[in-house]
Amino acid sequence: MCDQTFMAATFGPCDSCSKPSPLMNIYIKNEATNYCSLCVEMMACQGLQKGETLESLKRESETLKKKLEEERNKLNDVELHQVAEKVEVLSALSIKTRRVLKGHGNKVLCMDWCKDKRRMVSSSQDGKVIVWDAFTLNKEHGVPLPCTWVLACAYAPLRSLCLIMNGYLGLDNKCSVIPLSLDKNENLAAKKKSVAMHTNYVSGCSFTNSDMQLLTSSGDGTCALWDVESGQLLQSFHGHTADVLSLDLAPSETGNTFVSGGCDMKANVWDMRSGQNIQSFESHESDINCVKYYPSGDAFASASDDATCRFYDLRADREVAVYQKDSIIFGASTCDFSLSGRLLFAGYNDYTINVWDVLKGTRATILFGHENRVSRVRVSPDGTALGSASWDSTLRVSWSFSTGSNYIFRFIKLLFWVNSRLVLEFTVAF
Amino acid sequence: MTIRNVLRDHGQRYRPRMACLKKAEKVVLEMQDPATGVKLQPQRLVITTIPHAITGEDIVAWLADRFQIDAQEARSFGSMLVALGYIYPIQDHKRLVVKPDASLYRFQTPYFWPTQQWPVEDTDYAIYLAKRNIRKKGILELHEQEQYNRLHKWMNHKWDFIVMQAKEQYRAAKERKKPDRVVFDCQERAYWVVHRPPPGTVSAMDYGLERLIDPNAHEVTGLAALAVLFLYFPSVWSMVTCFSLHCRLVKYCATYKGHDPFLSKCLPSNPWLTDDVTYWALNMPNVEIPTKMRVERWTFSFGELLSDPRGRDDFRLFLKKEFSGENLAFWEGCEDLKWGTAATMKEKAEQIYKTFLARGAPRWINIDGKTMEITVKGLKHPHRYVLDAAQTHIYMLMKKDSYGRYLKSPVFKETMKKAVCPEEHKFSDSQLEQNARNRRPSLSPIIIRQQEQEQKAKMAASAPVDITQVMSKLSKQGKEVPPRRTSVKND
Repeated sequence: MCDQTFMAATFGPCDSCSKPSPLMNIYIKNEATNYCSLCVEMMACQGLQKGETLESLKRESETLKKKLEEERNKLNDVELHQVAEKVEVLSALSIKTRRVLKGHGNKVLCMDWCKDKRRMVSSSQDGKVIVWDAFTLNKEHGVPLPCTWVLACAYAPLRSLCLIMNGYLGLDNKCSVIPLSLDKNENLAAKKKSVAMHTNYVSGCSFTNSDMQLLTSSGDGTCALWDVESGQLLQSFHGHTADVLSLDLAPSETGNTFVSGGCDMKANVWDMRSGQNIQSFESHESDINCVKYYPSGDAFASASDDATCRFYDLRADREVAVYQKDSIIFGASTCDFSLSGRLLFAGYNDYTINVWDVLKGTRATILFGHENRVSRVRVSPDGTALGSASWDSTLRVSWSFSTGSNYIFRFIKLLFWVNSRLVLEFTVAF
Repeated sequence: MTIRNVLRDHGQRYRPRMACLKKAEKVVLEMQDPATGVKLQPQRLVITTIPHAITGEDIVAWLADRFQIDAQEARSFGSMLVALGYIYPIQDHKRLVVKPDASLYRFQTPYFWPTQQWPVEDTDYAIYLAKRNIRKKGILELHEQEQYNRLHKWMNHKWDFIVMQAKEQYRAAKERKKPDRVVFDCQERAYWVVHRPPPGTVSAMDYGLERLIDPNAHEVTGLAALAVLFLYFPSVWSMVTCFSLHCRLVKYCATYKGHDPFLSKCLPSNPWLTDDVTYWALNMPNVEIPTKMRVERWTFSFGELLSDPRGRDDFRLFLKKEFSGENLAFWEGCEDLKWGTAATMKEKAEQIYKTFLARGAPRWINIDGKTMEITVKGLKHPHRYVLDAAQTHIYMLMKKDSYGRYLKSPVFKETMKKAVCPEEHKFSDSQLEQNARNRRPSLSPIIIRQQEQEQKAKMAASAPVDITQVMSKLSKQGKEVPPRRTSVKND
């Protein structure tokens, strides 16, 4: 984990409203002051002050941006793929899909793995949230929800009780938590507890390191941190000028940051303590659909509608690689790293999943199989498998066959089980 | 608040997120190039001659050649072009895929290309259906009939206009030459298959949830400009060049390569591959004897050691032997404060202060004066990050000092020695089938969580080592007090 600046989060009376709260120190006309995040927001929205016009502000922001680019480029002496030339080429990857989870009636919009490495939760447009044991193909819990377009779901990290989802249906811009229980007959939907509330749709949500806090991103351009127990808003993050489509928490032990990506083509890194926008990256040409941290926490990748995935280094404060190909013209809607960070799995709107070699910038392999857009790819917590959710209402689990070579020839037969608990599953010869 | 109409493009303001259209258009234009594009020729289909038709195989071959991709990918790409409506099939017009054989396709006229600028109007669809109805009653398919009835109901107020338009278009079509008319009919039909797909088919025009900003506009509002000035800060300008940072990334990948199941073998075997869950059983969070790979991971970084529960237990044992267990306990307490519920935050902060920071506290930790000052000042208004500075200090202390000693300690060496390195599984055909049949559900995470909580409660009840008591015991007995460790076996 790189050394962060260890700013002690100051807490005290804000310079403008005098209310005690966590402070951000900012510069107004070259003077350092300490404002609470609400005052910063209000000030930014104040509009033009005396002696300023829209053009002058635009010009100032352009010059500032140029200066930042110059500073960044000063330390750029070599590209990532040049350094990676000495790294050995990946041996031919053979990744195959062998589990298909059927059960949703409509597009599957989101999925997430449980920390026990075999269970997953998925949410779909038909309003259902299902918890599966992907290994045996059993459905363990099914929660029907009153709204459609359940955009995101996540499994609580302590594997305990809670599971969350989002609703979108005009009026319901909430994020709720559902405690899971062993009792099959219990009506889980009735125990749903609403936690987060935004003024527009909730696009992504994630538990923090425990079951008790929730981070959400919304179409209203903000991200927010909530306390699950009380539903209280702990911190809000303003800075995006358009819908925020996804977020990801930094994986390190001292992690207090998260990254968010939105329709304003920007990926912002935030400090959870003060609500401050620490870094911003603007190099995509279209909406950023998904952001994901590199496993070490020093870098992150983003997938965008401009058909590229980009890799940004946080310490270098710049984009270090672009993953694109002529033949890929459809937007990437999701991405995730393998355990070592060498592979980047990205799901696209042309129904495929491309696997990129992160260091060399080339494509390692391509996975077919889905019959509609891939809405989410996630690598399992121990890195053994890749789960993908798609608008064709199925979820697929894929894993590498090239690291168990003697098994490729074994799957020649068709294997069926018609058992009340197991869904029909087949394996087909390569 | 507006109720969003989820049905069709009714009253939709703009079509978001079809950035691929411009790129697809470029490719299609290249394909149509008379010199280097796909081979166009008139094709005979029964008695009619279809001008400027292309075969599926030609499309796939051209794409594979142009983009240097293999046939499967070329076919997938071609199918997407058909699904978007740039190329349409002549024979099986409802299935929008490219068949890599001699089936015929044609390029769609640019008039009917998909666009992001405006939505496809229901009025036009109504006119199209009405026109087909005029031509021959009963020609509409079931779903088209249903659509027609629905539109008739919703657009009743302008139905006269629609019928009039349909009649005009029908009359104008009659005046064209037969081949042109046939071609135009095909094109129009293809257009509507793309934009009003039959039920149960996958439509490439389905873009999902509408986003709030207009993709056709590019405005930097004043607000955005202000936001840049006030809220954006240059991050820490490290004096490290990109070369060293890239090296770090490369090194990280190399270090973890052996642990990545996609790149190297899982020992004994990847459970997904062989349906045998030994790998997961051996790597349970609180297993007594860890695997060698897992222990190796603890040596990569301090963060790895702490994030693995078994590793953290081992480290805790080591610290207990060194009588500096309070550091880890303090760190864990701070984590609990940071990520815990807001309701109990104040009490937790007080509790931690009393146990670790106050003068004469039972488990006093050693932090420097400045950090202590900041912390004590912050505790007057406790918030969840009040102990951040102290926590970071202790973390760095453990990382730079205790961690190094741990790796050389007998505790670690013992664990390393006992760590198991399983043999790789070599299953035969029948054994694999057996495994697949014997797949069983695992213990529910809810039960595991309950067990963990019980264990934690037990540890909390037996644990806190009061340094003053231990020291007095030592001086009395003159020999080491063996630490008690509750171990949990997982079956």
